[in-house]
Amino acid sequence: MSLSIHELSPGQEIGSRTVEVTRTDLVKYAGASGDFNPIHWNEAFATGVELPGVIAHGMFTMGSAVQLVTDWAGDPAAVVDFQTRFTKPVLVTDTTGTEEPGATIEVSGLIGKLDAEANTARIDLTVVAAGQKVLMKAQAVVKLS
Amino acid sequence: MTINPDLQGRSYPAAEVYDVGREKIREFARAVKATHPAHFDVDAAKGLGHADLVAPPTFAIIIAQRADAQLIEDPEAGIDFSRVVHADQRFTHHRPIFAGDRLVAELHVDGVRAMGGGAMITTRSEIFALGSGDSREPVTTTTSSILVRGEGQ
Repeated sequence: MSLSIHELSPGQEIGSRTVEVTRTDLVKYAGASGDFNPIHWNEAFATGVELPGVIAHGMFTMGSAVQLVTDWAGDPAAVVDFQTRFTKPVLVTDTTGTEEPGATIEVSGLIGKLDAEANTARIDLTVVAAGQKVLMKAQAVVKLS
Repeated sequence: MTINPDLQGRSYPAAEVYDVGREKIREFARAVKATHPAHFDVDAAKGLGHADLVAPPTFAIIIAQRADAQLIEDPEAGIDFSRVVHADQRFTHHRPIFAGDRLVAELHVDGVRAMGGGAMITTRSEIFALGSGDSREPVTTTTSSILVRGEGQ
């Protein structure tokens, strides 16, 4: 990794990423994470607890958003802090058997703050699905070289 | 349903050991659509100076949610899991998680706040890697708030 704090400035964009999500992806995430809450895979259960339908795990959205930061940093180990608030659910429609995604998450990031003493950069992520911000205060702190 | 306000300040000691395996890191990385080679290829991880595969930044949620389950399943807590909404999450990494780590988590209930007919509960997991003998090294601190929705919320 060769990011130097002297070459960076607040407001600088680090890029963007599009994450397409299907119901199958949610089942895979449930298995990988151990979070088997049926609101993430069962339509009847989700609507039964007053949700509009099956929603993505907040941790799926958070986990998939950070790839943008990891790529920018060049090393996943450089991400020393990562936080978010979950503000809106990501509704994932059932497109099983087609090529269509059930939801699309748009991730973009910019440098929010530089800390010369700690030699870190805080990346502020904007994460949008269906025209709404689904994460708030999504911030990753990257250790610079 | 009432959340027990006495939960605040409660701790649950480290219980089972979580062995971090390479295939679990790969599986979790694929599940969050991570593509960085340090999650998949041992040589790529070593090329960055790491001893083994590096877990994705949110991998610790597996261990944290196992620790949270102790609270959620505690009959004294009064939490209905089907009414739980994840409100916020933070990971502070004291060092990265690597394949081969043996991790334990201590759970602390830092806050319980009544909200409407429900409650916001803030928990913190202190995750340590077990070393030789009795030694253990701080790896990750996770904090999480869950909203337990009251009836009609």
